[in-house]
Order: sequence, then C-alpha cells, then structure tokens
Amino acid sequence: MSDFTADNGPAKGDAKSSLFHETTRTKRRNAAEARFKAYGIAAIATGLFFLVALLVAILGNGLPAFKQTFVTIPVELTEAKLDKNGNRNPEDLAKVSTFGYKPVVTDALVAALKAESIEIPFAKEKDVEDILSASVAAQVRDTVLANPELIGETVDFRLLASSRVDGYFKGRVTREALARDKNLDAEHLDIADAMVAAGLMKTTFNADFIFGADASESRPEQAGIGVSMVGSLFMMIVVLALALPIGVAASIYLEEFAPQNKWTDLIEVNISNLAAVPSIVFGILGLAVFIQIAHLPQSAPLVGGLVLTLMTLPTIIISTRASLKAVPPSIRDAALGVGASKMQSVFHHVLPLAMPGILTGTIIGLAQALGETAPLLLIGMVGFIASNMPDGIASGFIDPNSAMPAQIYEWAKRADPAYYERAWGGIIILLVFLMTMNIIAVLLRRRFERRW
Amino acid sequence: MSFVKLTASAIAIAAVSATAASARDQVQVAGSSTVLPYASIVAEAFGENFDFPTPVVESGGSSAGLKRFCEGVGENTIDVANASRAIKSSEIEACAAAGVTDIIEVRIGYDGIVFASQLNGPAFTAFEPADIFNALGAKVLKDGELVDNTYAQWSEFNADLPAADIMAFIPGTKHGTREVFEEKVMMAGCEATGAMEAMIASGMSEDDAEDACMAVRTDGKSVDIDGDYTETLASIDANPNGIGVFGLAFYENNTDKLKTATMSGVEATTDSIASGDYPVSRPLYFYVKKAHIGVIPGLKEYAEFFISDDMAGPDGPLSEYGLVSDPELAATQAGVSAEDTMQ
Repeated sequence: MSDFTADNGPAKGDAKSSLFHETTRTKRRNAAEARFKAYGIAAIATGLFFLVALLVAILGNGLPAFKQTFVTIPVELTEAKLDKNGNRNPEDLAKVSTFGYKPVVTDALVAALKAESIEIPFAKEKDVEDILSASVAAQVRDTVLANPELIGETVDFRLLASSRVDGYFKGRVTREALARDKNLDAEHLDIADAMVAAGLMKTTFNADFIFGADASESRPEQAGIGVSMVGSLFMMIVVLALALPIGVAASIYLEEFAPQNKWTDLIEVNISNLAAVPSIVFGILGLAVFIQIAHLPQSAPLVGGLVLTLMTLPTIIISTRASLKAVPPSIRDAALGVGASKMQSVFHHVLPLAMPGILTGTIIGLAQALGETAPLLLIGMVGFIASNMPDGIASGFIDPNSAMPAQIYEWAKRADPAYYERAWGGIIILLVFLMTMNIIAVLLRRRFERRW
Repeated sequence: MSFVKLTASAIAIAAVSATAASARDQVQVAGSSTVLPYASIVAEAFGENFDFPTPVVESGGSSAGLKRFCEGVGENTIDVANASRAIKSSEIEACAAAGVTDIIEVRIGYDGIVFASQLNGPAFTAFEPADIFNALGAKVLKDGELVDNTYAQWSEFNADLPAADIMAFIPGTKHGTREVFEEKVMMAGCEATGAMEAMIASGMSEDDAEDACMAVRTDGKSVDIDGDYTETLASIDANPNGIGVFGLAFYENNTDKLKTATMSGVEATTDSIASGDYPVSRPLYFYVKKAHIGVIPGLKEYAEFFISDDMAGPDGPLSEYGLVSDPELAATQAGVSAEDTMQ
C-alpha cells in the first residue's frame, strides 16, 4: 500500500501543493497538534510533580517515626522497694504500682550516669528522669511481674527515651526551642550527648511502631499502629465476607436472570447513585441502624465493617456486572445449546470467566474501604481506643478498636509535635498496604483476564 | 472462593454479633477534647496498674459527649462523659427522661485558657479583657456611642498594642472553651469598656445586653474553629497577625512555635491559675453513670484512680501535662468513694 501512495502523491516540484512545502493551513494544523501534545505533557508533568512532592513530604516526615531513641542501663531491682514482704507473692507484687517503680528506674539512671562519670547539672539528681519516657516504670513493672525471680538482681533494660530527647536526635528539637519548654532543659541534651558517647543511648529501628498499641498524649515515643492495623484487618474480613457474596449474587441476578423492566431499571439507577453517596452518610446510617436500633457495641470493628460493606457494595456490583457483560453471549449460547440449564451456564461457564474482573473490583473496593475515615468518626472509632490487642477472634470483632486511617487522624490532632511525625509514619504503612492491594489487583488482571 | 465458605463465615459473624450485647469488660468514655489528653493518660496508667483492660476514650466535644451520656442506661451507652464545663440543667433533664437519673459529678482540676500568637509575630504580650472585646465584639463603644465594630487594627483602641491587623481564631460553639471565652473575656471586656451600661441605657433588657456582649463580629476578623487546637495552630502558622485561643497544656507542648500574652497583667501558669490570679480558667469535669457501677467492671476504680493524689495531685502526671490541680481534691475523692450523686 505504501508504494501505491508514494507513487501517486503530488509530483515533486509542484509549487502549489507539496508535502515538502507546508501551506499556512497545514502549518496551523501541525502547530495545533504540537500545542495539544505539549498540553498533555504539561498535564502529566504537573501530576508527576505533585506525586513526587507528596512522596518526598511523606517519606521525609514519616521515615523518622520508624526509628526511636533507646537508653540501655542496668536497673537494680531492690527487694526492699519491690517486694517488702520478701515472699514473691504475685498479689503483693502487683500492689506496687508504676509510681513505686519510677524511683527505682530513676535511681538506676543516676547510678549509670555516675558510673560513666557524666556530670548531673541539676540541684535535684531526680530531675534527670525527664530523659526517660513515662513508660519505663510500666515496662520494668511488667518484666518483674512476669519474672518475680529477677527481684534482688541487677538487670539490663532497654528503655525508651522521652519524645523530646528522641526529637533532638532526629533534628526536631533544638536547644534554643527548649529554653521556653518546661518538659525538658538544654542540660538534659548535654547529658544525652554524653550518654550517646558512652554507648548508653542509641537511636535504632523501632518495631513497636509497626506492631505496638496506641499510647496516651504524654508519651508519643511509645505509640504504635499495630492494634489499629488489627482493627482494620477485622473490618476488612467483615467487608469481604459480606460485600463479595451479596454483591456477586446481586450482579448475577441483575445481569443474567432479571427481566428488563421499570423495576430493574430503577434498581440499576439506584445502585449507581449509591456509589456516589459520600461516605459520611453511611457513617450516620451505621450509627442510627447498627448502634442505636440494633444495639451493636460502639467502636467495634464489626460495626465499622458493616458500614464499610454498605460503601463497598456498589463498587463490587458495578465491577462484577461489567465483567459479566464482557463474557461473550456465544459462551452462554453454547452452554445452553448442549443442554445446560441457565444456572449451570452461569455458574459453570460465565462466572469462572468473569472471576478475574470480579476479584480486581473487589480488591479495589477493599482498598477504598481500608483508607476510609469519615464513617468511622461517627461510630466511635476515633480517640484513645487502640490500646488493647484483641485476645481472640470474637474479641477482635466486638472489642473497641480503631482503624489505621482513624489512628492517623487521631495522631495528627494531638498536641505533642512528636505525634505529627507518627501520623506521617502511619501514612507510609497505610500506603504500603494500599499499594500492595492495587498491585495484586493489576497482576490478577494481567495474568487471568481474557479478551475476546 | 466457594460460596459455602463465604456464607458460613457470614453466619459466624452474625452469631458473634448476636452474643456481642452480652458483655462489655472495658470502661467507655467520651466527651470533651480538652479533657481527652488527661483521660488518656489516666486510662493508660489504669490499664498498666489494674487487672482491668485499658478504658476507651473518645473525643468529640463536651456537648456531644453529654448527649451520648444521656442516651440511656445499658451496656451500649457510655459510662463516663468528659466535659470542660458543668452539665446544664437541660442536659440533666434530658438524662432523666432517658432514665439516667443518678449522675456522679467529678471535678478533676482546672484548665487555663491562653491567648497565643506566632513566636516571631507582632508583640502581642499583654491583653486586657477590654482589648479582646474591642477587637472581637459585634457592637462596641466608640466615642461614647454604641456602633458596629469597625476596628481593623489593635492599635486603634489601645496604643500599647501593635499596629497589626485584627485576626482571631476562637473555638467554635460546640466547644466548652467557647463558653469560658464568652463569659470570662467578652463579658468582662464588655463591662470594663462600658458597652454593657450603654446597652442597658439604650433600652435593652439585662439578658439581651449580655447576649449582645457575647456576640462576636461576623466580618471575617474572628474565625470560629470547630476542630481541635491543632487546627488553630495551623491557622496561626499561616497568619503572622493571628491570635488563637488555646488550652494551657496545648500551649506548653508547642512553646517552640507560640508565645502567650498576659491577661490583666497576669501570666498563665499552673500556679497563677491555681491561686485564681489568672482570670481565664475553668474547671474540668467528668460525669459517671451510677447505674453502671458494679455492672461495668473497673468503672468505680477508674473514677477513683483518676482523682487519686498519684494522678491528679500537684505532682502527678496530669499536672505535669498541664492540668491545674484542684486544691479541694480530698473532698472530691471522698465524694467519689461514697458515690455521691448530683441533686
């Protein structure tokens, strides 16, 4: 064909119209095309720019959350303070509260500093305790209650440093800023520097941020996203177990069995409308129906899952119907032709062929639900909630818990700037989950989708 | 993915939810976002030191918390409502109508409210209630006459203040903090400037005059913040001339970005608030449903632990975080252990 066009093109040297000499009109058309391409590239470049800016901001702010400053010191577990009766009776041991353990840890820190001959520039030696997190007393107490035989010995503990000391090593806190801060003094930072030099203090990877529970406002260094991750997991189980069967059954009926009439048209329009309903509306609905009428427990992942199911259903129905439609009618005709019933043709032939599309739609629906915060605000999943790891399957569904995006929102609004860093860190973990789910969806589609 | 399996799991979940209403083993708390930090500190220490699970603390505002508190008695209603103001008689009536009759009121301490601005912004270092009223009131006294507020800069009514544009971020009406702001700052300023007298002289009844005193100008120079203090902080960050209303504890956690102004010449510290010298402070409360004591394990222990000397005392972790310890803590402790309800 190309030979033919070349031979029959305008002859060379034809001054009036030549492909080699552009007329003004051709020039204009070419310029318009070039401009359009430039707009397209500019649009993509803008998008990429924002993506890169976002990623840089997230990684820059969030990565420090994965590291934490720890103090390793020997702690003398004096019997006189921790077990006055000396009988190691668990009940007596439990009577000594964290307030009883605090001086033990503070004394240990003072002793460790003296052993390294680090000067303590405070009138009261006790004031060095601000270097340590408020969580250390509980950590030592838990260890002692679990191993009462340690009482009387000197044990090495790896303790959390307070959030401001940690912030100093991450560049968030400066000596000048501490001048007006009553939580920590610049002298504490001098001690911290000396402790790092002596090998007592170290900033290392912090697995507790990924697997731990939420902490109160006064100890951001202890907070982790682990429990709310479990909350998200249980919600996703509820969504998957309810939205997938209901969604697929509804789509199969609408697509394969339902007669075409006013009623099915109405249902179809409403399913599309439902997909566009803002998620906060589902939250109010969940509060009214599941908690106030059905009396399900508040703050429970079960209720969160039910609300998110309502939100995910339209997404799954729409994508399932699209993939059922994509299966060519010839498959159904062939099955019916060899004597299969309508149901057999659907379940033996159409549904398996539509499965990759259905799964892709489901995973994308789940990913959407995983990142959803608004409906959770209304059913009590935001606050200081994710503090207990659930101790079983039933407890995981009904005991109060948070979810990852709700936890991030909660952290972002807390007063201590250290929580801000943790919110960004939580975003990184959430993004990793979302990206994994989307990649699985893409792979499923690539691997199994068939085209006719 | 077989349908049998999915149906089975759906049925299992339904079964779980059916048993859900039978038992709740942790205390559930909701309410004021000002009290939330203190409640979370107590809840965490409570979980560490007692054999009960850590209580769950939700925020949402004093009014929202009390509304949920008054929904009724039963395991899927909350046990404790945190509030940054005392419960209103209308709320007590709503409670009673829903069957919540025996309420234990617990005052945990005091909270100071500070006016803060950017650390390196204009020198807002000393305010009088009159300054705030002149800057933010809807109608102010100008040259002896009551007029709509048209002041654009602080220096227009007080030469000691910087010549900076008026821009204030105050708590929205759903916050308990707003009420304190209105009563202790706007009202005081209204009286001090003489606007109150002028209003009554112009024929207003006393109640109407009070309402008019507390009305805030609506021309955009005063912005209601319905979210938390972090939102106020972000607004101040973006606006060098901005003045924001914060709780003392929040300010003390963000001294690297903010500076406070004195009020009537007194600096806001836990000491000046405890002695009553600093004028803008308010008591913080929580309310316990007596009907839930003995039903929800750990509820009474939580209430007692909250106001124990170890937690709420002058050297406790709450006061370290910014709570002003209540000098009459011992009386409150006695009241809680005797389960004294409100009359």
